[in-house]
Amino acid sequence: MKIITTCGMGVGTSLMLLMELQAIGAKHGITIDGEALDISSIHGQNCDVIFGSNEIVKSLNDITVPVVGIKNILDKTEIEAKLLEFIRSTATGRE
Amino acid sequence: MQLENTSVSLDDESRTPDNAIRAAGQLLIEDELAEPRYVEAMIEAFRDLGPYIVLAPGIAMPHARPDAGAIREGFAVLRLATPVEFGHPENDPVRLVIPLVGSGDHSHIDLLKRLSRVLMDPDAVDTLLTTDDIALVTALFNDLKN
Repeated sequence: MKIITTCGMGVGTSLMLLMELQAIGAKHGITIDGEALDISSIHGQNCDVIFGSNEIVKSLNDITVPVVGIKNILDKTEIEAKLLEFIRSTATGRE
Repeated sequence: MQLENTSVSLDDESRTPDNAIRAAGQLLIEDELAEPRYVEAMIEAFRDLGPYIVLAPGIAMPHARPDAGAIREGFAVLRLATPVEFGHPENDPVRLVIPLVGSGDHSHIDLLKRLSRVLMDPDAVDTLLTTDDIALVTALFNDLKN
């Protein structure tokens, strides 16, 4: 699956989040093709889902791709739970 | 990557986000990680993009675009004497300010990995918040090289 992570400038929290998502993906045998982008470059990007901190993604209300907000970028448990929840929700949606 | 020289300032007296970011940025300048304009760019980014740099409870990671005066990748550690409200709905108030200098080509990803490994460790964060020993803080980050 392709995930785009986003933050204000694409060099800080989005990269941290992407590394974390890829590590979690590897643990669960999910290959995550990802890219960290700044919020102004996000429109028109092709991906399955966008992850970012709550404070950043709340401005993304005009986007058609699913968006997942994270409260604490340093909380692996939260990130893992939200990634797995997203994967479950898409699996259900396709049935 | 030189982590030996990570600048650390404990119990800074800043009382506003702007002052805290400026004080943290001063460490980057002293360490020759960034030009003075990079620090102003960090403050502008905070004003423009909001408090999302408070990435976890009590921890802010201000940064700017590398082309805004970055010299080389790195970070510094500033602990605030008094917790400061940055306007984040969930992660305020801020106790630790970790200003970051990244690079345009994402080659600082290694540095982010090390940084997040320390900041994800509750014991390490507890040390950062409580110790009066700068060497101990430096050691926390240096240990990551192995």
